[in-house]
Amino acid sequence: MLSHLRPAFLMLIIMTVLTGLVYPLAMTGIAQVAFVNSANGSLISKNNTIVGSHLIGQAWTSDKYFWGRPSAAGKGYDAAASSGSNWGPTSKALIDRINGDIQKLRQAGDKTLLPADSVTASGSGLDPHISPQYANLQIARVAKARGVAEEKIKAVVLANTQNSALGLFGEPRVNVLMLNLALDGLNAQSNG
Amino acid sequence: MTFVGWSQIIILLALVTFSAWALGGFMAAVFTGKRTFLSQAIAPLECVINRLAGVSLKEQNWQAYALAMLAFNAVGFVVLYGLMRLQSFLPLNPRGFSAVPEALSFNTAMSFVTNTNWQAYAGESTMSHLVQMAGFTVHNFLSAATGIALAVAFTRAFARSSSATIGNFWDDLVKSMLYILLPLSIIVAIAFMTTGIPQTLQGSVDATTLEGVKQTIAMGPMASQEAIKQLGTNGGGFLNANSAHPFENPSAWSNYLSIFAMLVVSGAMPFMFGQMVGDKRQGRALFITMGLFIVVGTAIVYWAETSGNPIIQALGIDPLQGNMEGKELRFGQAMTALFVVATTGLSCGAVNAMHSSLTPLGGLVPLFMIQLGEVLPGGVGSGLYGILVIAVLTVFIAGLMVGRTPDYLGKKIEAKEMKLAMLALLILPLVILGFSAVAAMLPTALSSLANAGPHGLTEILYAYSSAAGNNGSAFAGLNANTGWFNTTLGISMFLGRFAYIVPMLAIAGSLAAKTKIPASSGSFPTHGPMFVALLVGVILILGGLQYFPSLALSPIVEHFLMLAGKTF
Repeated sequence: MLSHLRPAFLMLIIMTVLTGLVYPLAMTGIAQVAFVNSANGSLISKNNTIVGSHLIGQAWTSDKYFWGRPSAAGKGYDAAASSGSNWGPTSKALIDRINGDIQKLRQAGDKTLLPADSVTASGSGLDPHISPQYANLQIARVAKARGVAEEKIKAVVLANTQNSALGLFGEPRVNVLMLNLALDGLNAQSNG
Repeated sequence: MTFVGWSQIIILLALVTFSAWALGGFMAAVFTGKRTFLSQAIAPLECVINRLAGVSLKEQNWQAYALAMLAFNAVGFVVLYGLMRLQSFLPLNPRGFSAVPEALSFNTAMSFVTNTNWQAYAGESTMSHLVQMAGFTVHNFLSAATGIALAVAFTRAFARSSSATIGNFWDDLVKSMLYILLPLSIIVAIAFMTTGIPQTLQGSVDATTLEGVKQTIAMGPMASQEAIKQLGTNGGGFLNANSAHPFENPSAWSNYLSIFAMLVVSGAMPFMFGQMVGDKRQGRALFITMGLFIVVGTAIVYWAETSGNPIIQALGIDPLQGNMEGKELRFGQAMTALFVVATTGLSCGAVNAMHSSLTPLGGLVPLFMIQLGEVLPGGVGSGLYGILVIAVLTVFIAGLMVGRTPDYLGKKIEAKEMKLAMLALLILPLVILGFSAVAAMLPTALSSLANAGPHGLTEILYAYSSAAGNNGSAFAGLNANTGWFNTTLGISMFLGRFAYIVPMLAIAGSLAAKTKIPASSGSFPTHGPMFVALLVGVILILGGLQYFPSLALSPIVEHFLMLAGKTF
């Protein structure tokens, strides 16, 4: 075994240089030239401040904005501490949390059957999307808080709904940050 | 379950089958020393690397092969451990993380060297970019290349007749790296970048949300690590949430590509085997066996997850979406189910949904897939030698039933091979059930559980199965970053990998030395549906006998308690 140690060590160094430095750095070089936006996190700026990433969900509390799913990442949508709840299907803690979320939605005026994504935490805690059903449920609340006609909000939701590609790949979904940005744009237009 | 869902699954599996067949042929050419379209570009580099490392490319017997492999892995382990302990003094640490504690470093180094990639840490809050790149990414390559090398050596044992040697470890290792893993990784990494995965040396960015709250967004060189994480069936993510994280897996496309990449190399191994032993039907039979388990497992998970959790539905939740706790919206139930089954049928262990939050039957499938020995299709390389050991057992049992001396591919299977095969096969249940039994009684271990009741037992069983099977996925409710779990899970990974490999190589040595006898009318054909059925039966019976009692006490009983509306 000892006679193997020297080549083993040298081979490790060579492979570390090749796959641990050359490979990731070369890939970073390609990414920074060819995919500047997404390679740096698909960030979105508004008035020269970064307001978030297209891919990363955020915590929303105001009635003016559409809300995302419950989150178990840190204290909620902590993008430096991604996590799911990891509660199992018979966990009392899970059922208690869901009951709390149901009450919150009911208070906000949502009376119908609730879609599952409105009360369940995603795997990462950073899911940027909600289902069209959950978005529709929130239209009345958002319209009231903004003093805008429901039809107008509905149109923005529709414009921000992504459907499956080729009718096959990907689920119908709404990106909450993009939707809320579009809403703020709507208000800016009508005011100005 | 929907038609669209099943269409996605079938299209992907068809793509994998075709690509695996093509890749298998290419790999057979590489490992039999034939010229390929890459030879002109890569052969000179290969030469330089072998010369710089000063390795001898002489053919090795099984002991020398095993020693070279063990020495290489031992050095890799020590260096990786050192990198983590010293990360605060080393460069490329933009967020200034301090040294990783001893037990966690031990566990993590073992985890990456054994191709387990169990993560007791949260990547974004623990590990520097240097550790992620020069440590984890490197071992993602090397542990996979080690697996491929071993599988090639085991294949030679069947391909050769009266041979004292089974190949050269260094030659197989370097070829696996340069001809297979690196080129594929470059292609997949670039494909991943087009789907939006970040690739930057920055540590994090601060955003201010529309509501004026600060959000720190962790990122890093992810696309490059993501590619080899899936191709090498490693599964260790850059970030805590792994492939559920929108940076590691931003869309339905990246999810599709992830599943494809994790399946393709392991799927190619049986085709390579068939080609190298000179009978392609043999490889096809193994591939079909693996595929059957993936399809049936996916059907069960898909059904269980779309049926959802009746306790939650009773609260006034629309059952339409199924069980969504721990799942991302963008993938959909079908591609989540396939990911769950693929990642555990393989010894990948990447997760795009939190397995702990699956329904009981949905969680039973990945647990059982791991316990069946990580051969369906198993880790890169390790899956092939794993299923070959079971195939040897199968022909032995078939031989006993008809009273004939069993042979597989013209090699007589005798008492020595059977003893070694049983030694390899019994190490997994011993480690999994032994440690689980102790942990289930130990107060320090039990304080790590996030869920009470039968789900808690599942968490423990899953952790030891995942470690010993070198899978690396988790029922992550368990807080595994404790002295007890870091140490015992580290030992489980070590035994699950190396205590399996050494007897396996001994079988290879013994088989290679035997003279190949030509098939006669009395030989049991090992390429037809009869053999596939027997092999499936042996896999299920082995797994069932070993694990059914413990599974009955965990996911199965939880299923009935869930139907009865009981919570813990």
